[in-house]
Amino acid sequence: MTRRYTKDHEWIESLSPTTARVGITHHAQDLLGDIVFVELPAVGKAFQTGAEAAVVESVKAASEVYMPLSGTITAINEALIAAPDTINRDPEGEGWFFDITLENPSDLDSLMSQDQYQTLIQG
Amino acid sequence: MPHQGLNFDEPLLFELPPESCGVDLPHPPKVQDRLGTMARLNPPALPNVSEPRVVRHFTRLSQKNFSIDSGFYPLGSCTMKHNPRLNEQTARLPGFSNIHPLQDIETVPGAVALMGELSDFLKNLTGLAHVALSPAAGAHGELCGMLTIRAALHHHGHHEKTVVLVPESAHGTNPATAAACGFTVRNLPANDGGRLDLQAFYNALSDDVAAIMLTNPNTCGLFEDDIIKMAEALHAKGAYVYCDGANFNALAGVVRPGDLGVDAMHINLHKTFSTPHGGGGPGSGPVVFSEALAPFVPLPWVVGNATDGYRMLSTPTDEAAHATGRIKAFWGQFATFVRALTYMKSFGTAGIAQASKDAVLNANYIRSGLSDVLHPSFDGPCMHEVLFDESSLKPLGLTTMDAAKGLIDKGFHPMTVYFPLVVQGAMLIEPTESESQQTLDDFMVAVRDVLAMSPESLKHAPQHTPRRRLDEVRAARTPVLTASRRSAPQHV
Repeated sequence: MTRRYTKDHEWIESLSPTTARVGITHHAQDLLGDIVFVELPAVGKAFQTGAEAAVVESVKAASEVYMPLSGTITAINEALIAAPDTINRDPEGEGWFFDITLENPSDLDSLMSQDQYQTLIQG
Repeated sequence: MPHQGLNFDEPLLFELPPESCGVDLPHPPKVQDRLGTMARLNPPALPNVSEPRVVRHFTRLSQKNFSIDSGFYPLGSCTMKHNPRLNEQTARLPGFSNIHPLQDIETVPGAVALMGELSDFLKNLTGLAHVALSPAAGAHGELCGMLTIRAALHHHGHHEKTVVLVPESAHGTNPATAAACGFTVRNLPANDGGRLDLQAFYNALSDDVAAIMLTNPNTCGLFEDDIIKMAEALHAKGAYVYCDGANFNALAGVVRPGDLGVDAMHINLHKTFSTPHGGGGPGSGPVVFSEALAPFVPLPWVVGNATDGYRMLSTPTDEAAHATGRIKAFWGQFATFVRALTYMKSFGTAGIAQASKDAVLNANYIRSGLSDVLHPSFDGPCMHEVLFDESSLKPLGLTTMDAAKGLIDKGFHPMTVYFPLVVQGAMLIEPTESESQQTLDDFMVAVRDVLAMSPESLKHAPQHTPRRRLDEVRAARTPVLTASRRSAPQHV
């Protein structure tokens, strides 16, 4: 299992050689503040890398969640709709957004490692 | 929450206990009831209070309203400037206030001339060729501008141009307008200086780009230095430049957007030209257009000039064969036109330029006066508004929200907070030219006082308002959208 990061503060973790789970980082939820609303994509929908796949709204701002890598949505975390504060509580665990099948699984390596991401957010 | 001092806690009209009714209605004549089972069994639970109570209700609500008439109102990108009372006097002249929008346009040549003169003033200030006066406010002006751009593109057969470039720091209405007009939005990043990244712009400028929508100065309070280069590149591709005119108060009388390559720009008469807004009056968002877009501007048009006279063109005749259809009933916010033209004529072009310069000076006065306690997000002088971020507050254990709430206790309406999103914990302050040095000094003392407070006590601010700090999560998640209705009045 590899967890990778984007500059837009999404995390992506492989679940199998061709599938992965996506969410937003602890740093992202900290910047957003109390999250009050989440809009998730439809299962079966395909997105290109960088496309807007979900929307997250906090008391401060509304923000897009971008697709870290091209792929198709296979599952969404419907529990977030009733309890969006889960993202604040456990962003990198229970607060996951959606699962995808990867169009090009090898692209995962092009994203940032945890160390690289930590350097980015401290910079 | 009980009454405090003479600050009244006023319930909703529907929640007031029933009293004797304010009006005596005659009993309806006896008619045959043909409603059958559809007839209502109980009377509706309408408010039932006396006239003095109604007067107090609305007076108390009006006293809760904070406006530019009550105090300094430094909301960024909102241009809360003084609304001169002379504007009100002219708007109430019987010749303007007693006319009706359904009146034959031939019977109101004075009103048409006023709209013509206002159009000329806007054309002179912007260096652009044509005006649509009818849009009702800024976002409606954007819609008007982008629909016109779409009409021009389609007329020239450019159906492939479907992308609109929008900077990250844009007002949210910009991407919303582009999407509403059927365009796809492509975001443009800023450079380290807070301005559009020219290289990223060139990279994004493909053949499918229809237009850019940008604000100048942008929402970081910075002039987009590369706007002429960008406009030239867009025009070379057959694309257009839409400028969001929300921040025109920095430039009016000094820079003509037409000289920067702008093809369309809305002008918020309710910001730049001093007509009441923010709950105080209707907005008004005329749009100015370049020669290239002029044929496609929505009707009605005011045509003519001061020497030969003005007339109203409201149907698509030969003269306006390619005009886009109406986007608003009647002629626009006419009473706002009267107020705005009054302001323009009482200042003159030179006076408007001076007002813009004073607005920029005031923002920079605050920038330099507070930069030892608040961190300006970008180096160098700003335009008419100054952007600070949260970085100097964090070491104190404070947030932007704490500072904003603390200011309320010190008698100041907070600045715009958490917008633009491009910096963390934004505080955007636009003082406008209306404020005296004394007010600005008092405001800065208040900011310093707030930042000197202990995080402990500031977390509990505001302390002196009828309601303390609100639970914004609950307000967003479980809003109470209905009145706690009392039972239906028992009367016949």
